[in-house]
Amino acid sequence: MKVAKLARLDLDPDEIDRTTSQLAGMLEHFADMDALDLTDVVPMTQPYPLRNVFREDVVVEGLLRDEVLAEAPAAEDHRFRVPPILGLDL
Amino acid sequence: MSDNRLVNPLDNGRPTLVDNLIDGWELVVGLEVHVELATATKLFSASANRFGDEPNIHIDPVTLGLPGALPVLNRHAVELAMRIGLALDCTVQPSTFHRKNYFYPDMPKAYQISQYDQPINIDGHLDLPNGQRIGIERAHLEEDTGKSTHVGGPSGRIHGSSHSLIDFNRAGVPLVEIVSRPDMRTAEEARQYVTELRGILLAVGASDAKMEEGSMRCDVNVSVHKPGTMFGTRCEIKNVNSVRSLGRATEYEARRQIAMIEAGETVRQETRHWDENDGRTYTLRTKEDADDYRYFLEPDLVPLDPSPEWIQAVREALPMLPGARRTRLGAATGTAPDSEAVMVVVERGQDDYVLAVGHLGGDVARALVHVKEAYADQGAEPSVAAQDLALLTRMEVGGKLTATQAKAVLADIVEAGGGDAQAIAVAKGFEALDTSSLEALVDQAIAENADAWSKFQAGEGKALGALVGAVMKSSQGKADGKLVTALLNAKKG
Repeated sequence: MKVAKLARLDLDPDEIDRTTSQLAGMLEHFADMDALDLTDVVPMTQPYPLRNVFREDVVVEGLLRDEVLAEAPAAEDHRFRVPPILGLDL
Repeated sequence: MSDNRLVNPLDNGRPTLVDNLIDGWELVVGLEVHVELATATKLFSASANRFGDEPNIHIDPVTLGLPGALPVLNRHAVELAMRIGLALDCTVQPSTFHRKNYFYPDMPKAYQISQYDQPINIDGHLDLPNGQRIGIERAHLEEDTGKSTHVGGPSGRIHGSSHSLIDFNRAGVPLVEIVSRPDMRTAEEARQYVTELRGILLAVGASDAKMEEGSMRCDVNVSVHKPGTMFGTRCEIKNVNSVRSLGRATEYEARRQIAMIEAGETVRQETRHWDENDGRTYTLRTKEDADDYRYFLEPDLVPLDPSPEWIQAVREALPMLPGARRTRLGAATGTAPDSEAVMVVVERGQDDYVLAVGHLGGDVARALVHVKEAYADQGAEPSVAAQDLALLTRMEVGGKLTATQAKAVLADIVEAGGGDAQAIAVAKGFEALDTSSLEALVDQAIAENADAWSKFQAGEGKALGALVGAVMKSSQGKADGKLVTALLNAKKG
């Protein structure tokens, strides 16, 4: 329930039952891995053997404001208009 | 401190100073300072990093979190982050990026890319001008959010607004978050920490560090406890936008917590908002757990692992930092490194100039005082040639000008952007009294103030002032006070 709320997922009771048991299965799988002695295994942060991928600090023109704002649900004063923020809090 | 004092694992071994206590309570302050880096572009995309432009003109698919957009790390942002870390004596280590997941309209991806358990810089420190060392836990890279404007509420506040407007120019701007250890014990130390940190950031060119424009922002963690007991529950104060409000907010929050505890209530761990106009803090939200952010490794970025050669090159290119410059100027002038004159002159970047006056045969100690007093409007490269100030200080220590006269001559020189102290002194009629005419005036003062003279002879130090004053008056301020005192002492025998 909490995970769904944090992720803003609107689930009906059936879906909650189904995903809860699926999540429980995943947690069991992680618990199996936790039981292994992995002290000598270096954590793999990425499947690719890459490090240090950079771009240079040079400006490239981006998107046009008016075109982007025309796609937005609401805009005002060259900005995106959104509902009051406090109402969105958890 | 009593022997049965509880060992506090966080107390940094700092002895409690009674002068630091508020009604018997000790304050503990830690700071999280966000600084926007002085790059040309954003952290993960090539839109411009520029403050103060029309809204939403520096946007691109990455900034807006459009589907399929991929981040690519800005090399220069990494370099500036390393400059900050190395200037704070941190260890630069291999690091990774995580997604910090939460929903907020100023962050359209619904996550912020930040460094979590493997930040680029760890374990440094910053020394306050008075020598107090403040630990730095970490200084990590992350992206800034967009800027919200709240509409329809009282005076632009978030409370009671009808809707908000978002400008994404700032979204994705590179930030370094510098997290101190909870090593400060007063609001004043917190102010000094931020002031010193700002000086370092400016010196290394990592940020313009303007609190009023938001390129440097402080979150203050405050708790209170009785000396010798464990730290109290802390609250985090946001929206502190100047060094002055940092002091005010810290002080206010400490007193609020003390009042709560003394009334038998419990301080809750929460995030609070500083209101500059009301001079108080308000609950913003009860503190999220790190779990609530569901951090996970950013799959679209690879690890960052600067080579030892790169780190070394950045280290070697660091300029002399404010602390070292104060030590150098203090030693050269025989002044304490945390004296007002040294602090002010180094902050203005005029210490090289003062030292140049010394190299040109001038008196550095006098130069320090004059530059502090008369060069407030000048930058790091004053318009007056160091040679001109060197001559003035030579005349002063040679007894040709009194301190008062030197000040008047310098005022003219500064206004003209340079000038010959000798010629200006002559034009002003400031030929200092030679020793024989000064001696005559001293004798005259003794004769006219027989009472003071006999008291002075009897060893009453206070009588000296009356005699020196009489000579200053009869010489119309041209006499050198130190020389007069020396003559009086010599005559006393």
